[in-house]
Order: sequence, then C-alpha cells, then structure tokens
Amino acid sequence: MTQTLSISERKIGFWLAVLLALLGFVMAASARHGVMAAHGFMALALGFGLVFVLGGALFDPEPQQDRSSRYYDAPTRFGIVMTLVWAMIGMGVGVWVAGLLYLPEATPPWPWTSFGRLRPVHTTGIIFGFGGNALIATSFHVLQRTSRARLADNISPWFVLLGFNLFCLWAVTGYMMGSTQSKEYAEAEWYADLWLVVVWVTYFALYIRTLARRAEPHIYVANWYYLAFILVVAMLHIVNNLALPVRWTTAESFPVWSGVQDAMVQWWYGHNAVAFFLTSGFLGMLYYFLPVRSGRPIWSYRLSIVSFWGIVFFYIWVGSHHLHYTALPYWAQTLGMTFSVILLVPSWASAGNAIATLNGAWHKVRDDATLRFMFVAAVFYGLSTFEGSFLAIRPVNSLSHYTDWTVGHVHSGTLGWVAMIVFGAIYTLVPQLSGREAMASPRAVEWHFWLAVGGTLVYVVSMWNAGITQGLMWRAYDENGALSYSFVQSVEAMAPYYLLRTIGGAMFLAGTVICVWNCRATMRTTGGEVTDRPLAPQPAE
Amino acid sequence: MLKLHYNLEKVSMGLVAAIIFAASIGGIVEIAPLFTIDETVELPDDLRPHTPLELAGREIYIREGCYACHSQMVRSLADELDRYGPYSLASESAYNHPMLWGSKRTGPDLARLGGKYSDDWHVQHLIDPRSVVPASIMPAYPWLDRPLDTGLLRDSLATLARLGVPYDEAMIQAASADAQAQSNPDSDGAEGVIERYGEGVAIRDFDGDTSMLSELDAVVAYLQSLGTLTDTPYEVLAEGGQ
Repeated sequence: MTQTLSISERKIGFWLAVLLALLGFVMAASARHGVMAAHGFMALALGFGLVFVLGGALFDPEPQQDRSSRYYDAPTRFGIVMTLVWAMIGMGVGVWVAGLLYLPEATPPWPWTSFGRLRPVHTTGIIFGFGGNALIATSFHVLQRTSRARLADNISPWFVLLGFNLFCLWAVTGYMMGSTQSKEYAEAEWYADLWLVVVWVTYFALYIRTLARRAEPHIYVANWYYLAFILVVAMLHIVNNLALPVRWTTAESFPVWSGVQDAMVQWWYGHNAVAFFLTSGFLGMLYYFLPVRSGRPIWSYRLSIVSFWGIVFFYIWVGSHHLHYTALPYWAQTLGMTFSVILLVPSWASAGNAIATLNGAWHKVRDDATLRFMFVAAVFYGLSTFEGSFLAIRPVNSLSHYTDWTVGHVHSGTLGWVAMIVFGAIYTLVPQLSGREAMASPRAVEWHFWLAVGGTLVYVVSMWNAGITQGLMWRAYDENGALSYSFVQSVEAMAPYYLLRTIGGAMFLAGTVICVWNCRATMRTTGGEVTDRPLAPQPAE
Repeated sequence: MLKLHYNLEKVSMGLVAAIIFAASIGGIVEIAPLFTIDETVELPDDLRPHTPLELAGREIYIREGCYACHSQMVRSLADELDRYGPYSLASESAYNHPMLWGSKRTGPDLARLGGKYSDDWHVQHLIDPRSVVPASIMPAYPWLDRPLDTGLLRDSLATLARLGVPYDEAMIQAASADAQAQSNPDSDGAEGVIERYGEGVAIRDFDGDTSMLSELDAVVAYLQSLGTLTDTPYEVLAEGGQ
C-alpha cells in the first residue's frame, strides 16, 4: 500500500489513521457495555496499525513518476485477498452451522459459538465479507479499464476497502458477543450502520469522480450495474436501518419501524439486498469478465438496456412475496407476486444475453475452467431467477415458505451464481495482477470447478427434497381430518437431507480452499508485464 | 428510445438520477400507504405492550438468534390454524420494534406459544432441549441461568415510548423494579406490575429460583406471553371474519 502513495498522501493517510484510532478510543472509553467497547478497541487497533505502517513509511522515497499513466491495482489486489479471507470465514462457518443442524451438540458449549449467533456470521461473512469485497475489488478494476482512466485518487480506495472490512468485522464479532438488530441481512448495530454510510458515500464519490475522468464517451454496461448496486444499496441500507439507540454509549437500539410496516420495510430491504447486492453488482462483473475472457462482445446491446432497466425497476416491488398469507395487506402481497413473475423477463434476458455471448467461443468453455465458471454462473442465474419467480406465486409459496426449499433457492443463487462468477473473475484477475499469463496451477482450477459444481448440486437437490418434504408433512391430514404429523416428526425427516447438505457445503468449501492456495501461489510469484487495455493519456496530477 | 438511452449513457449523473428514480417507485407505492391507511393496523382495546421482564426476554431471544429458526406469524392457511391457532393479525405486533415474524421454520412457529407448556418444561427445554424432546435439533442454552442485567431496561422503555409504544412515565420509572417483581409474586412490587400492565400478566417465579432474577426468568416470561397480549385473534376467528 505505502509504496504506491506519494509522501503527501501518506501524511493524509497518517492523520486519517490517527482519527480512526481516536474514534476507537472514544468508543471504547465511553461505551457502557462490552460489545461497543470491544468494537472501539478494534477500531483503535486498526488505527494504530495504520499509524505505524504509514508513519514508518512517511519519509520513504516517492513512488515512480509515471504513476498517473498506470491503472491503480493495489486496492484491487488487497480487495481480492480480503474476498478470499472472508470466503474461508463465511463458508467455513456455513459448513459448521449446517453440521449443527445434523449434530446439534457439535459446538463448544459457549454462548458465542451457538447456532443462533453463528448463523448471521455465515450470512454476513458471505454477503458482505465475500460478496462485498469481491464487488468493490472488481468494480475498481472494471471501472478503470472501461473508462481507460486511473482511479480519481489514491487514498479513498483504501478508505473504502479498510472501512468496509472494519464494518464486516464489527458486524460478525458483534453477533458472536450477542449484539444484533435481528433484521435479517442487516443485523449489524447502529454505529456500524452509520460507519457503513460514511464508507459508502466515499465509494460513490470515488466512482463518480473516476467516471468523470473517463476517456470513453459512453459508460459501459458493467458500470451501470455497479452504479445501481452502490446507489440502491445505500437507499435500502439507510431506510431499513433507521433506529434509535437506547443510549449513545450502548450497542442496543430499537428500529423505528414496528410490526407490519417493519415487516414490509425489512423484506423490501431483504429482497433488494438480493437484487442490488447479490445480483446487480455481480451482473456488472459478468458483463465485463465474460466478454473479456471469452473474447466475444456482448451479444446484444439492446437486450442489455432492456434487462438493466427491467431489473432496476421491477425488482424493488417484489419484496412483499416474502409475506404471503401473513398480516400484510393482500394488495401488497399481490403486487409482490405480480412483479416477481414479470421479473423473469429481464432476468432471463440477462442470462440469455450472457449465454448467447458465448456463441463462437464454446470450445473455450470446454477447455478453460475459468470461463466455465462464468458459464455455469449464467446458467444458475437463469435457473434461480426462474425458481424465484415460481416460489413467489402465492399457492406455491404456501407450500415452500418457511421450509428449506427457500434455503435451497438462496444457495442455488449464492453458490451457483454469485460465487461462481466471483471465482471466474478472480481467476481472470489474479494472474493479470501478478503479471502472469495463467494461474500457478491450472489443474487446481479444474478441481475447484468440479468440486464447486458438484457441491452446489448436492446442496441444492438435498434442500429441494427437504423443503418439499417439510411443506407436504406440515399440511398432510389423515382420514379423520387430523394433522398427520407432529412438527418434530418433520424435523426427524430432515436428518438425511441436512447431512447431505453439509457434505455439499463441505465440497464447495474444499474447492474454495484449493482456490485460496492457488491464488496465494500465483500472487507470490511476480512475473513481467501483461497486456492490458491502454490507459488514456491523463493531465498531470 | 434507443437514441435517448444512447445519450443517457454519456452522462453519469443522468444515469444516477434515472436509477434512483426507477428504483424508488416500487418502494414508495408499497410502503407509504401502510403508514397512512388506518385499517392496516387497527389496535384492539385490550392490546398491552410487553412488561419489562418480557421485553428483556425478547432481547435475549433476539441476541441468541432464535428468530432464525422460529417464526412468529401464523399464516391464514387451514393447516396452520389447526397446528398453531388463530392466524396472526397485524395489530399483534404493532408495538414490536423490530417485528419477529421470521422467515424459516426449522422449529415450529411460536406466535401462539404462551400457556402451551409449563414454565418447568421451558426451563428444561432451554437448558437441554433433548431431555424433553429427544428428536429436537435445537441448540442448548445452558448459560441462561446467569443473572439478568436490568440496567438498560429503563432506557429501553423510554426509547420505545419515544417510538410510540404506550409506556407511560410510571412504567418507565419502575422498569427494573417491575422486572424483579414479576418473577417474585410475594414481593411488594407484584401488585404494581398488575396495576401497570393489567390482570393478564403472568406473575410467578418462572425458573423456580426466587433467590435471583435470571435470564431464564426473562426468556420464559417472554415465551409465555407470546399470543397472550390481546384476545382479538381468537375473537376474529370465532366471528369467522377478517
């Protein structure tokens, strides 16, 4: 990090680190309860660490003079490392909690390792830690290449990445210590939410400022998706997390929303976290890395316009399909269902556009595991969006809701689509950032691919079986008109599926371990220059 | 249209404005009316807010992530009515910041749990679930026998009152005393709890140990209160109407 910053930038960074340490100190000193104090110490430690790193390098020589004629890839590289770190944490905890549903005693008898506290560590670790870092890291790369411009400045990328990871750390350690807002996928406490807003505004500003420096008249499709991701996630995050702290010195807070309004806001957020965090941003990734890797232009420009605006407009309506047959007014449920079905059109337009792009490059799909990751991602994107529209239909939802079918659906999206496109992007980026033509071990990429596909299929199929079995058992009546099964009988029936699901998850995790090892081996050996899209000439800094 | 978009793609702030506009409509149409239509939530006269002890139990329920496996929302489907009881009304969670409707039933729905099992059963079940339900896969919560921290209750009630939950000044002032008294039927404060929260409040020693107010007391008090804060769902179902 420090070698790429000029001396004056290191000074600014140094003072920002001092500020962070001060913030941490104030939090730790004024906090009335343990969680907030511990989080204060974490900020203090990070601030101190940065003070030492930047302070120690304060008078090192200036970076090479031609800095402005190069892309700024050091933040991307750091972001990829953090993506892999969080992948290990998030997927590792995922396999652990999956195992606990089969063997509930297989965890130490401590509060912080109990299922209920680990489960949000898994979801936050994956969505924000793994997914978020991957999105930020790749967005920096894609933004610069498609704009043929260097990032607008050298400090804010680091602020965004380090700040975002501090948010993730606060969130997951908070859950383990017993601090949570309980709003699904928005469990982090109020000060972490505020901090994320600061980070996010910086991210948006950096994005727009870099776009303003672009040497291309048009903004490439991938950037539309990344922009939608940044903007709408900000909107969702702020509205859903509005809360009143019990005291300014405690982590505890109460959301301003209650009851049915809270439920609607929560699932407006919850489903659009899927839409704009787990879909829009990753479609941005797809729209850049798939054409680059396959060497084919996007099949249809018009279709990409239609699907982009379709996704941005229709997705926001569908959250209420999480609340069928509940106390939410019927008209709101019906709107959610209707738009969910309509949403299939832009979703399949995107998936189809991606797959049609591969026409003429199918031999590459056969031979190149990296491109195959992206192809499988597009296929799973199509499959899980179809499944999503199907599950949103009211009568189908009466069977599937509350069951493991939903869990299976989510994982066909997260494992099959999100993780696959991330791995495709990582395997494209890591060699390039390391100045190499290929990953250290192409065979390991093949192994990873088949473990990931196999693991996803085992997971998803076992959860389909589990969910449909649950749904049918819960509604089965005997000939006397009494319910056929007690609830606990439906729990017992899940055992084989929960075991299979753990095995599928473990296979997927094994593939990720191979990926981490392979990336490490690739990043440690630095080669020469690789061909890159030429940067447009820039005015002097 | 294509020409229009061709030009829009050249203006980053235009793209930003268009995205914000397109992504706002759905939320505004679906969410805003919920705050203005009075019928969305018609508050029953007999609806009471949680007592401080129940509220403390609710916070522990949230802390331990119980909501990830237990819903509190009986849907209006025949088998759910037969299995759990009357379907849930919006008004029942009107004072719940946040709502805990849940999204997954790895375990059963809890919206109508209050009064279904004894306090002893709950204590046993929380400490060691498989001792009472051998096939259960619920985690054990042996640490819940530790003392309950009532230090934040007063501020919690005050915060909720600011958000519109009908806690009056007397309730706020007496918050931690009421938490103690609710699990101590012989104490002087027990009558005060009835006075402030009504006859329907369960006042008893929930965990079988009067010497100390534990987290178990709070959690069991909360679980026993579920579905008992108003009788309206039963009346609505008996009338056979919406």
